[in-house]
Amino acid sequence: MSTIPTAGPEASPSVNKRRRKIDAVSIASFIALLVTTFLMLLPLFFMVSTSLKSKKELLKFPPSFLPETWQWSNYREIFDTLNFSQMYMNSLFIGILTVVGTLLSSALAGYGFARYRGKGSNLWFMLMLSTMMLPYPAIMIPQFILFSKLNWIDTFLPLIVPAFFGSAYNIFLLRQFFSTLPDELFDAGRIDGCSEFRMWRQIALPLSGPALATVAIFAFIYSWNDLLTPVLYLSSSDKFTLPVGMSSFTSSRFRIPPWHLLMVASVLAMLPIVALFAIAQKRFVEGIVLTGIK
Amino acid sequence: MTHRESRRQTFYLYLFISPWLIGFLVFALYPILSSLYYSFTDYDIIHPPKYVGLANYNEMFHNDLFWKSVVVTVRYTFISVPIQLLLALGFALLLNTKIPFRGFFRTAMYFPSMVSGVAMSLLWYWIFNPSIGLFNYVLSWFGISGPSWLMSPDYALYALMIMSFWTVGSGMILFLAGLQGVPASLVEAAKLDGAGRFRIFLNVTLPMISPVLLFQLIMGVIDSFQVFTQAYVMTQGGPNYSTWFYVYNLYTSAFKEYRAGYSSALAWVLLIVVMAFTAIIIKLSNRYVHYEGGGRK
Repeated sequence: MSTIPTAGPEASPSVNKRRRKIDAVSIASFIALLVTTFLMLLPLFFMVSTSLKSKKELLKFPPSFLPETWQWSNYREIFDTLNFSQMYMNSLFIGILTVVGTLLSSALAGYGFARYRGKGSNLWFMLMLSTMMLPYPAIMIPQFILFSKLNWIDTFLPLIVPAFFGSAYNIFLLRQFFSTLPDELFDAGRIDGCSEFRMWRQIALPLSGPALATVAIFAFIYSWNDLLTPVLYLSSSDKFTLPVGMSSFTSSRFRIPPWHLLMVASVLAMLPIVALFAIAQKRFVEGIVLTGIK
Repeated sequence: MTHRESRRQTFYLYLFISPWLIGFLVFALYPILSSLYYSFTDYDIIHPPKYVGLANYNEMFHNDLFWKSVVVTVRYTFISVPIQLLLALGFALLLNTKIPFRGFFRTAMYFPSMVSGVAMSLLWYWIFNPSIGLFNYVLSWFGISGPSWLMSPDYALYALMIMSFWTVGSGMILFLAGLQGVPASLVEAAKLDGAGRFRIFLNVTLPMISPVLLFQLIMGVIDSFQVFTQAYVMTQGGPNYSTWFYVYNLYTSAFKEYRAGYSSALAWVLLIVVMAFTAIIIKLSNRYVHYEGGGRK
């Protein structure tokens, strides 16, 4: 007991000293953050600024940070030159169908794993989780052979159809969410004579907006950014997705790639992602945390 | 549960998971097993596969390009993954304090992670241009004359590592979430016991966020074993095979040389290595990682 009053006056100078020390540390970390943020944003800034430069200005050294003449016509030109609108539409089409397929199948499977126990349910659940660790390159060759036997090469089908059969991350995420819904809701539904399928559609789904939105966003981003799968399956240029089309410009077709136009393409390719992020910023971050997808 | 109820449950379980179950059998299980079979064959995709026993595996171990790809991938993984984790954790710790403009810093750091792999590769290809690129220009502010990066066999792999640090923001957000889960009462108690910043980090924070650290370590290693986009867009594996990543090697042998059998053997080695790494990391974690509830030590 007697130690408490004596500790007070002794402690206060050291507390003051520590507060001053913390202040110095916070200033140092603030400066560190400022510098790194500057370095992180510099390439992005350079991407946007290059997209507005003229072809001549590209070859200048040192590179200018702001365009000498703001050539907004680059943004018009890209739609004429690089088959860009076709690629953009292809990517959108594939992305949207992927989202629809993923939502449907993952919500069904997630609901099944969350609400029903049956013979083998644990086994299948473990198998599903283990497919998260399965590297795509390990299965891409037999998949390619399978799809070529189905005559699906150079169509969008290999990029879309698998989404309708669910993906482990999303099933797991939705299963976790569906497990939190109270049983009473479904008991009430059952008493009212709801079929199991109707309970999924009219009770579970409407209550799962945030979780479904997270899954939709991730499925879209994954499809929008994927390069390896479309590179394998798409060969005619009118079927190219944005990543395939953009990557083809560094190859020998152009001796000097039109960097200003490629930067326009990069900016425009980023737009849907930034828009999704802006609309659902809080949810987006939560979703990253929930699923661990990077 | 009555017999009838359990049969009803089983029926609906399988009804609801059937899309996934079919997908699993067709798009995962069948490919894994047939890839194992192909790995013992000579197969050009057009003619029927011909059984050759262990020849593909044997060739692999005597193939220079295979070893090249292993060395490149392992070097990239062992250097860039730890640095990425340290940076992400460092920034998360900085942003977990009451620093002004936290929201701005967090968004700004995460922003580069929104650029797609291809756009990022194109952008950095341009930035790394040795004569007119931004990177060497920024280095010149500090009196450093930069190398020719992607054109140089000695520096191309380091250039790709540097680029990978640009997206540490996504890992940082995971660490931030982990840090938010550290109870303030524990930190306060440690402070009252007279622990300094470093001791609190080592004895309180680090154990509490170790599951996040472990998760990111596993995913980081698995991801970097599968680097493809950068090699495909920026370097085509060159110069002089200095960025000849494992999956790029796998892709070329399957889809440029039409050696599906040999490539399947490569795929199975990748699968085994990824599983082994995951198992090792999880095994190690049982000793060092603290899980909430303290079930394991």
